[in-house]
Amino acid sequence: MNRRLLWMPLVAFVVVAALFAWMLPREPDRQVRSRLVGKPLPDFTLAPIATGKPGLSTAAFRTGTPRLLNVFGSWCVPCAAEAPQLAKLAAAGAPIDAIAIRDTKADVAQFLTRNGDPFAAVGDDRNSSVQLSLGSSGVPETFVIDGQGKIAHQHIGAIRDEDVPMLLAKLDAAK
Amino acid sequence: MRGLLTLSLLFAGPALAQSRVPPPPLADTQLADAGQERTAKALMETLRCLVCQGQSIADSDADMAADMRALVRQRIAAGEAPDRVRDWLIERYGDYVSYDPPLSAATGPLWIAPILLLAIGALLAARSLKRRRR
Repeated sequence: MNRRLLWMPLVAFVVVAALFAWMLPREPDRQVRSRLVGKPLPDFTLAPIATGKPGLSTAAFRTGTPRLLNVFGSWCVPCAAEAPQLAKLAAAGAPIDAIAIRDTKADVAQFLTRNGDPFAAVGDDRNSSVQLSLGSSGVPETFVIDGQGKIAHQHIGAIRDEDVPMLLAKLDAAK
Repeated sequence: MRGLLTLSLLFAGPALAQSRVPPPPLADTQLADAGQERTAKALMETLRCLVCQGQSIADSDADMAADMRALVRQRIAAGEAPDRVRDWLIERYGDYVSYDPPLSAATGPLWIAPILLLAIGALLAARSLKRRRR
């Protein structure tokens, strides 16, 4: 009995070593996903920040048509990088609204002039409070909202070319 | 001089993209009520910064951490219980946002393992002591 017990530490070590060998090479998923996917958009009302465009409130997402909600900042480099893809989505007929995080009117105007303006409405989220209430953990992020104001999908990070058809399909599925 | 320049360039990382808009006042201003501030600070130390995942929002200089600190202070000042604020964030970001993980199937082994190991140790010690006494 005791003889066999002597092997226990070695067996335990081998088990732990095997666990490390199995888990360590795996790429950890560092994305923090919103738990609100599948749930209704939280209530918010944001003042306008883009010249000539209205602000944004939850009511805009309950009109029966699915919409994209882009969370961006004029100071954010990947947000400028995804501008061509947003333009493609808009050209394909996707209605896009945006929330500008910690931004100023002048900076947003400059950003939209330089990178193109696919947005129907842009809300001013100066202290990120709406971003936090959405469970969004950075910029850029794009949410697919169905016609009843439910969050159907969250895309984290810049939209790449290959994401465009995927987002259009998600919009279609949210009908 | 040239070497110094090369060296400094070597260590110069790209600046983190941060907004030019200053953080909300409550991000870095203590609450007037010392008790509330203590509660808020204790809560901040157990909330994870989401863009700088190894730090608490109390420790981080990131914009988003500042906005989260302001949110915590604002809600504590309004009389909300710290656990309610934590739950509000967990509802949105999952347990990951909290440094105080609840007992669940995933964290169960972490809670039970030390107790189990201690019990095994006590058992082994008791046995060997008994044997020695003979």
